[in-house]
Amino acid sequence: MIQLSINGKVRSYDDVDPSMPLLWFLRDIASLTGTKYGCGMALCGACTVHLDGQAVRSCVMPVAAAVGKKVTTVEGVVDDEVGHAVQAAWQRLDVVQCGYCQPGQIMSATALLHTNKKPSDAAIDAAMAGNVCRCGTYMRIRAAIHEAANTLSAYRP
Amino acid sequence: MSDSARDILIVNESRRRFLEGMGGLALAIYAGAARADKKPIAAASFEPNAFVRIASDNTVTVVSKHLEMGQGTYTGLATLLAEELDADWDQVRVEGAPADVARYKNTLLGLQATGGSTAMANSYEQMRGAGAVARAMLVAAAAQEWKVPADSIKVDRGWLYAKGHKASFGQLAAKAARQPVPHNVALKDPRDFKLIGKPELHRKDHADKTDGTAMFTQDYKLPDMLVAVVAHPQRFGAVPKTVNADKARAVPNVVAVVQFSGDNRARFSGIAVLARNTWAARSGRDVLEVDWDESRAFRLGSAEILAQYKDMAGKVGLVARKEGDTEAAFAARHARLIEAEYELPYLAHAPMEPMNCLVQLREGSCEIWNGEQFQTGDQIAIAAMLKIPANKVAIHQLYAGGSFGRRANPTSDYLLEAVSIAQAAWDKGVRAPIKLMWTREEDTRGGYYRPAFYHKAKLALDGDGKLVAWQHHVVAQSIIKGTPYESLAIKNGIDGLSVEGLADMAYEVPNLRVELSTPDNIHVPVLSWRSVGHSSNAFVAEGLVDEAAAAARRDPCQYRRDMLSRAPRLRGVLELAAAKAGWGQPLKPGAAGEKRGRGIAVHEAFSTYVAQVAEVTVRSDGSFKVDRVVCAVDCGLAINPDVIVAQMQGGIGFGLAAALHGAITLKDGMVEQSNFHEYIPLRINEMPMVDVHIVPSVEKPTGVGETAVPVIAPAVVNALYNATGKRIRRLPIANQLSA
Repeated sequence: MIQLSINGKVRSYDDVDPSMPLLWFLRDIASLTGTKYGCGMALCGACTVHLDGQAVRSCVMPVAAAVGKKVTTVEGVVDDEVGHAVQAAWQRLDVVQCGYCQPGQIMSATALLHTNKKPSDAAIDAAMAGNVCRCGTYMRIRAAIHEAANTLSAYRP
Repeated sequence: MSDSARDILIVNESRRRFLEGMGGLALAIYAGAARADKKPIAAASFEPNAFVRIASDNTVTVVSKHLEMGQGTYTGLATLLAEELDADWDQVRVEGAPADVARYKNTLLGLQATGGSTAMANSYEQMRGAGAVARAMLVAAAAQEWKVPADSIKVDRGWLYAKGHKASFGQLAAKAARQPVPHNVALKDPRDFKLIGKPELHRKDHADKTDGTAMFTQDYKLPDMLVAVVAHPQRFGAVPKTVNADKARAVPNVVAVVQFSGDNRARFSGIAVLARNTWAARSGRDVLEVDWDESRAFRLGSAEILAQYKDMAGKVGLVARKEGDTEAAFAARHARLIEAEYELPYLAHAPMEPMNCLVQLREGSCEIWNGEQFQTGDQIAIAAMLKIPANKVAIHQLYAGGSFGRRANPTSDYLLEAVSIAQAAWDKGVRAPIKLMWTREEDTRGGYYRPAFYHKAKLALDGDGKLVAWQHHVVAQSIIKGTPYESLAIKNGIDGLSVEGLADMAYEVPNLRVELSTPDNIHVPVLSWRSVGHSSNAFVAEGLVDEAAAAARRDPCQYRRDMLSRAPRLRGVLELAAAKAGWGQPLKPGAAGEKRGRGIAVHEAFSTYVAQVAEVTVRSDGSFKVDRVVCAVDCGLAINPDVIVAQMQGGIGFGLAAALHGAITLKDGMVEQSNFHEYIPLRINEMPMVDVHIVPSVEKPTGVGETAVPVIAPAVVNALYNATGKRIRRLPIANQLSA
C-alpha cells in the first residue's frame, strides 16, 4: 500500500508498483490527467509537478519517492496564491495554443515566482528552459510571468 | 480510393481560385436534424442548425466542425456565429463536431477535414449564416410572444428587447425551436461588427487549458480501458518474424500481447502490449523479444538519398513553370551568374502530444475518440479495414495537443494501427476499449515526415543587376503520390505541393523554368508539415532572391519590391514590415566581437501574405541569437486579431525550431533521432521578440495557421548573411557559422 498527499488530500492506494513513475501514477491511478506525458526523459517539462513546492519532472520520479511529501499538480495549484495568480495571468494574456504543455509551464512558472518575486527576462528564460512548447507560446509565457509577478506584488505589503 | 470516397470528394484543384469564386451565402442548415453523436439534448433547448444550440440556461453552444489543435479555430468559429447571433461572448461555449460529412464538410475541401489554413476562409459565411438564422428564429419567437412586429425587436449581447419587453436567449429558446427556419437571412455590414475584429476577445479554450481540465486523447478514459504500447520495427517496411512475449506477459497488469499489421497503403506493423495502465504496457513492451524480417526494409541513409537527388537534379525534370526561354537567356551575355544548391532535411512534426487514438470495437461498428483532423478520410479508411459501412464508424472529437499536419494523414496511419490492434485483441477475446499510446520515441521514428528537399538553381543578372533568368530544379518525394488523393494534387506527373511557392512565385522574372523530379524508390513515409511545400520552397526562393540582390549590390528590400509590381498585397506586407523594423536605419551595434545583421523575406501561402524582418547578433565563435522579428501579415479581414498575432508569434517559433535545429536523418534505413535531446525543439531562451502588424483589410478572410512558418528561415539566413557575409544554403543552420 502506498499513501500519498496529493493536492492537500491524503489517500491510500493498493497494489501500486513503487517504481511506476509519479506521472503515470497521477494520470492512470489517481485520475489526475492535467499532468502530461511529453518525453518520458525529463527533456520537455510537460509532466512538471511540485514536490513540497519544488518543481520536479514526474516522468522520471518513481511514485515511491513522493511518499511523505506534498504533491501538487495543475489541478491543485489554484489553491496556492502564486499558482492562482499565474493561472489568472495565463488567461488574461491568452497564452495557450494547443495547451498540452501548459500545465507543466504553469507549474514551473509558479515554482519560479515562489523563489524569485520579480524575475527578469533572463531569469525567466533560465527557469523555463526545461519546458518545451512546440506551438511557440514563449513570448506570452514570459509576459504572463511578469504579469503574475506584478499582480502578486500589488497585493503584498 | 473507394467509391464512397470519390463520391464525396469535390476538392478543387486550386483552393485559392475556388475561394475567390465562392460568392453568396452558402448555408448548411439542417433544421431539426438529429445530432450524430446522439447525446441527449437538454429539454427546451433550441437547435436551429448543425452549428448552434441554445439551452434554457442561456448557454450558447457553438459546434466546431474543425479540430482545435492550438490554431484558435474554436475561438474563430464561435466569433463568426456569435457575431450574427448577437450573443454575449461570455455565454458562448464550443464543442467539437462528430464525424459527419453531410453536415460538417469543409466547403473548400469537399470533405470533413481541417487543413490548408482553410477553417476561417470556408466558414466565414457559413457560420455567420448559422448565427443569423438562430437570431431570426429568436426574434420571431419574441414577436409572437410579445405580439409586436419583428422589426421592432432589438438583440444585444444575449438579450431581446422591445418596448416594455425583455427576455434572454434561454427564456425564448423553447419557443424559438418551434419557429420555421428562414431560408433568407441578411448578414451584417462589416461596419456593424461587435465581435469580429476585436482584439480583446478571449480564446474559448483558455480556461480549461490552464486548469488541467482540457480533454486530449491522452486524457480520455473509458471504463475497463486498456492501454496499448507498441514495438515498431527499426526500419521502414520491416515486419516481425518471431516474437517471444513471455516476459511481457509476466508483467503485472499486462492483459494481452498482439501482433498487428496494415496493408499496402498504410504500411505499419509491430507488436502491441495491452495493459491496465500505461506503465505496465510500457514495461511489457520494453521486455518484448522480437526478431524482425528486414528482407523488404528500406535501407538507405540520408547521405545516399542526397547523392541520388543530386544526380536526379542533373537530369531533365518535369516542367512545372515556364516563362520565356531560360536556355536562350543563359546563352546570351549576362553580367552575373549565380549557381546554388539548397538542401533541406526530413522534419518530424513532434507535437507535444505523441500520436494516440482510443478505439471501442463492437460487432459491426466502431467508435473512435481522437484529436481528429481528417474525419472523412479516416472514417472511410477505418470502415474499409473493418469491412463495415462508413456510417458505422463514429468519431468523437477531442483537443489535439498540436498536430502541425501530423493528424491529417491520407493513409490514416496511427488510427488504422489502433484499429488493427483492437481487431487483433478482439480475435483473442478482448472486448475492452483500447487506447494506442505512442511514446515520444515512436512518434519521432514513426515516419510521415516533411520530405527532404534538394534544389539546384542557376540565376542570371543583366548589367543593371536585374534578374533576367532563373532555372530551378526541385527534387523531393511526393506527399500525395500513392494516397487516395493522388489525382487531386498531381497533374501531368507534377505534385503541385512539391513546387508550391516556387512554380507560382510572384516575382517578375522574364525567363523562368521550374522543374521537378520525384523519386519513387525512397520509402520513407512523408506527409504535409505545417505550410507543406512552402516550408522548403520559400526558404530557397527567398534565399536566392537575396543572393541576387547581393550580387547586384542592391538593397534586398528594394530589390524585391521592384520585382513585385503586379503583387500589391505582397508588396504591401514587405513595405509594412520594413517600415516597422526601421529598415534602412542602422542597427544598434552589438558588444565587442559581435556582429549584427538584418534580413528580410516575403511570401504568399494559402492566400495570406507575410513579410518578416529578422535581426540577429552573431558572436565571435559563430554562435548567434535571433533578437527580434518584425512580422507583417495580410490575411484579409482580421476575425480575431489576437489569435492572428498568436499564430504569427507561434509560427515564427515553430519555423525557427526547424531553421536552427530541425533534422530527421537516416543511417542504413534507421532514423537517428529518438527524443527531444536529438530532435531538438526551440526553447524559451531562443525565442526572439516578435512584433506583429496586421494589414487592415476588407478582403475575404484567409488562414493564418501556417503562413508565418516558411518566412522565418529565409529571414534569419538573410540576416546572418548581412551580419557575416556567409550564405547558408543548408538547413538546419545548426553550427554552420562556427565551422
